Amino acid sequence: MRFLITYLIGLVFGTGIMISGMANPAKVLNFFDVAGSWDPSLALVMGGALLVTFFGYRWSFSRAKPLFANKFSIPTRKDLDTKLIGGSMIFGIGWALAGFCPGGALPAIGTGKIEVFIFIASLVAGIYSTKLARLSRKIAA
Amino acid sequence: MTTEFTPYASLAGGLLIGLAAVLLMLSNGRIMGATGILSGIIMPSSVAELSWKSILLMGMVSAPILLSLVFGYPAIVQVVSSTPMLVLGGLLVGIGGTLGGGCTSGHGVCGMARLSSRSIVATITFMISTTIAVYVLRHIIGL
Repeated sequence: MRFLITYLIGLVFGTGIMISGMANPAKVLNFFDVAGSWDPSLALVMGGALLVTFFGYRWSFSRAKPLFANKFSIPTRKDLDTKLIGGSMIFGIGWALAGFCPGGALPAIGTGKIEVFIFIASLVAGIYSTKLARLSRKIAA
Repeated sequence: MTTEFTPYASLAGGLLIGLAAVLLMLSNGRIMGATGILSGIIMPSSVAELSWKSILLMGMVSAPILLSLVFGYPAIVQVVSSTPMLVLGGLLVGIGGTLGGGCTSGHGVCGMARLSSRSIVATITFMISTTIAVYVLRHIIGL
């Protein structure tokens, strides 16, 4: 039951990504191209998603615990560090180069387009190498 | 390449993305962050993590297939970047998203909805960074 629901949640997310335009690099990049072929659509994606999540999370957190878990796993860190800011700057440059963000690209795998696979392969390499570097630093320390 | 302003489809898609984020929290108590989901499949810390993240990913990947088979809704994926740009872009998105602890879905939707200061700072930072980078790539370098 839990797995079926988790699968359906993935399906809802993927459907939202596909119809919103987040899986379309041309549309994503035009949102950022305010000096050129600007397409403001993505503001509505973000606004719509935030609206539902803002109220939905509040309602969820008013419950004692999730349906299939003992607790809500929510990040607790509040400090702002250089990794957060530097990482986000690097992320933005990558997003501008490819037009895909991870949330946009993952459902797009289902389209079978070769460009999506190229992006995902590099994305995996980027995540893997960063986590590996972090792990080896931890072991060295 | 110009794209058409699609307010209704984009708003509807955004509402569904939010709905999925809420349902994942309500059922599994987890943040719907794409970088974290992929990262947990590549290097899982437990079998439980690997299984729920893989199943979630299968659901995501099914979306364009079902949309086209059942509803005849065409998946629109117009790639405007060259292969080297896709490769470098993917690497930087992976490195930056991992260092920054999240991406558009994790920080931009889930974190912002919780009013997390880290997520608000991360989202503002990558939105500005992407805007500047797109400007430089398109209007200065001319790609």
